[in-house]
Amino acid sequence: MENNAITAIGLTKKFGDFTAVNAITFEVKKGEIFGFLGANGAGKTTAIKMLIGLSRPTNGQATVAGFDVFKQTNRIKENIGYMSQKFSLYEDLTVKQNINFYGGIYGLSRKKIIEKTASIIENLNLRSYANKVVGDLPLGWKQRLSFAVASVHDPKIIFLDEPTGGVDPATRRQFWEMIYEASNNGITIFVTTHYMDEAEYCHRVSIMVDGKIEALGTPRELKERFKVNSMDDVFIQLARG
Amino acid sequence: MNAIEIKNINKSFGDTQAVSDINFSVKKGELFGLIGPDGAGKSTLFKILTTLLIPDEGNATVSGFDTVKDYKRIRKIIGYMPGKFSLYQDLSVQENLNFFATIFGTTIEKNYHLIKDIYVQLEPFKNRRAGKLSGGMKQKLALCCALIHEPEVLFLDEPTTGVDAVSRAEFWEMLKRLKAHGITILVSTPYMDEASLCERIALIQEGKILQIDTPQNITNSYSKPLFEIKSHDFYQLLKDLREEPFTERVEPFGEYLHLTTNSDISSNSISEILEKKGHTQIEINQAIASIEDVFLDLM
Amino acid sequence: MLRIFLAFVKKETFHILRDTRTLVILFGMPIALVLIFGYTVTNEFKDASISIIDQSKDNLSHEFVEHLTASGHFQLTNLPNNINSLDGEFKGGNVKMGIVIPPNFEKDFFKKTPVTIQLITDASEPNYATTLTSYASQMIFSFQKKYSKSAIPPYQIETEIRMMYNPKLIGAYNFIPGVAALILMLISAMMTSLTIAKEKETGTMDLLLVSPLPPMLIILGKIMPYVVLSFIDAVLVFAMGYYIFEVPIHGSLALLLSLSLLYLTVALALGVLISTKAATQQAAMMVSLFTLMLPTMLLSGFMFPIASMPWVLQYISKIVPANYFVQIQQAVMLKGAGWESISHPILILIIMVFVLFAAAWKNFKVIYK
Repeated sequence: MENNAITAIGLTKKFGDFTAVNAITFEVKKGEIFGFLGANGAGKTTAIKMLIGLSRPTNGQATVAGFDVFKQTNRIKENIGYMSQKFSLYEDLTVKQNINFYGGIYGLSRKKIIEKTASIIENLNLRSYANKVVGDLPLGWKQRLSFAVASVHDPKIIFLDEPTGGVDPATRRQFWEMIYEASNNGITIFVTTHYMDEAEYCHRVSIMVDGKIEALGTPRELKERFKVNSMDDVFIQLARG
Repeated sequence: MNAIEIKNINKSFGDTQAVSDINFSVKKGELFGLIGPDGAGKSTLFKILTTLLIPDEGNATVSGFDTVKDYKRIRKIIGYMPGKFSLYQDLSVQENLNFFATIFGTTIEKNYHLIKDIYVQLEPFKNRRAGKLSGGMKQKLALCCALIHEPEVLFLDEPTTGVDAVSRAEFWEMLKRLKAHGITILVSTPYMDEASLCERIALIQEGKILQIDTPQNITNSYSKPLFEIKSHDFYQLLKDLREEPFTERVEPFGEYLHLTTNSDISSNSISEILEKKGHTQIEINQAIASIEDVFLDLM
Repeated sequence: MLRIFLAFVKKETFHILRDTRTLVILFGMPIALVLIFGYTVTNEFKDASISIIDQSKDNLSHEFVEHLTASGHFQLTNLPNNINSLDGEFKGGNVKMGIVIPPNFEKDFFKKTPVTIQLITDASEPNYATTLTSYASQMIFSFQKKYSKSAIPPYQIETEIRMMYNPKLIGAYNFIPGVAALILMLISAMMTSLTIAKEKETGTMDLLLVSPLPPMLIILGKIMPYVVLSFIDAVLVFAMGYYIFEVPIHGSLALLLSLSLLYLTVALALGVLISTKAATQQAAMMVSLFTLMLPTMLLSGFMFPIASMPWVLQYISKIVPANYFVQIQQAVMLKGAGWESISHPILILIIMVFVLFAAAWKNFKVIYK
């Protein structure tokens, strides 16, 4: 248990008669890059919402960063970062103001915020943009800044919901390097994507079909099990049933 | 006569040059792909071709009609599926389709043969509101609505963005069947792997066309030595290779790294160098370039 | 073409019926507004505290005080000796109105010299103050009538009203035309501008433009359901006025309704014009509220008399369509006027329709620059 960033046992969410997430059981190890795949409408978003404390599960149990998803959602929120496909940055605030704002809402001290702001601007090479509004940044930089902002409070786990949709191939790769680096530093990454080549970058992936996890393993294991050459084929075989 | 003819098209919004000096043509009945990331200028070009936007410079024709002067003629013969899901969310599947059939002065029955393959999948949900459909279903409905008046030219702006891999694969199969009906299709996508499904493609980045050809010719044009490599530590391997003098570019590609070298170094010597750096389980092969390799190279 | 047009109307009707918010605004708002205006502005009141400064203290003045308090509307709080003490009473909030009876009241009254009774109100609550004075005036009038039956020429009491603000007297007669103008403007203009802006926002406008539909048909198809609904609202407001607040319709009902339709058309044209400029629903909403709702409420003359406004506002009020519609309604409903006597406001509304539609047409983008 101690080595798991996330543990879910029989986690279920029902909306009326409709079971969006049907008793999913899985665990994510500390420092792992975990790919959470599934077709549109398979229940990924609902599952993520339960894990980040935005939606109360109907059944089952789960802990995230060691905290219970039923009772300790506030503790969970302190320990995770979240970045959705729509960047959670304020386009009309400057780079610095955005970092300050998010540092502030996570209750970082003034000193810590100043430190963080400096280190993020340094690491992302954003010096010349520090006082420009985020709306003027190129897409790739917005995205990396968004990731940095999601991790401003040094979370144990970062949830990324389709972080790379529509981004050019070079920027996509730069983004994944940030993910590797974070994972190297012991941060757990929980990521969803529609790019199957990105699924290959994950340590382990799960594939959801109609609310259930139908496959879980390293990309290599899955390809061997389905006797195919790419994650794309694994996905298509599973989702088509 | 070409279905689409684009000559020296320029368009800027304020200080931003959205597209600059675009030239290409699409043949009748061709399935042509416009491949590039968000913000490359694809949607701007689509809006010009669908007569919604006037270019600053240059001109374009669709089925021989000028997009500015003859916009009314063009509007009768094209189908357009915008990048954002643009149907009436509070109308049902059937109501949306009926509405679009009616405003084009036709009926669902009349052109049912065109949409049949797609519509059978939608049929179980025909009374569901469009806003309640899944991403893949919405996209199919939007395609039906764009097709219902039997257009000569079909403009599909990022039809597969945000849609899962299965729905994407199905969507492309549908496009191939439509091609068989003789409809010219211009489709844009940020997914490089979809490029190979088009007959010809244009790679576009920051408003400029990088290359236009068949996918095959484009990948063949990649002349530099290319390897695929992996070892026990993927991230370390990436960092180590980036330090090597023979490396021109190294990028993650699925389970491998793609390494482009600037000299004729053999895979054996690369392998040796990596072993010295402590890598184990090294696998290294000559690789065939994909569209994405070319794109990364041209950027 | 007709089939396409009907398809449009059908689609638009679905949008409206499936959106509870729209339905509430369409039918809930008119009812709520009429009731709110009706009961807050003109509701009867009881026991309003008044002070009477009786400077003549004769038999007639005592009878007059008796007459005022017997009605039950006013409660006499005190009888101070001079006007200056009123100020303190007002500030303490104990008294809402002071009535000053002049010296030699009885003598002057029977001599048929005009007598002036002063009504001084705490106008920090202007609507309340207006209502108080209008009641007091009525009662003074009825008091004088009691004695006037036998006397020729009649006895004369004049009232002099003093208020900090000077709103016109609002009664049901006044507020129904005003509320009708306001509601029809809001519903027709705001709802049309919202519905067109929504199509832009969701991208469906692009699909419509890329179809062979003539843009005029797009616009007409979109506004037609709102013409019908707003017209129903007009009937609803007049009916509520007639049955609940007893506002008579002396003139021709057909004339009133057809002129309502004319006013609606002006409002719809305004809505279309706004929507050609506003790219989002939020923008359309803001523009509608600021350019339509406030001027209609404040500058149409139904709440505040235009004649006492600074000349700039008077000038602006001339382009507020509600102004003319209020005139038309007052004339037709209260005075029973026919169209000849209101041809001026009618003509202006007709001109507005053409100017607004022309402007909307010019601004409607079939192709974006």
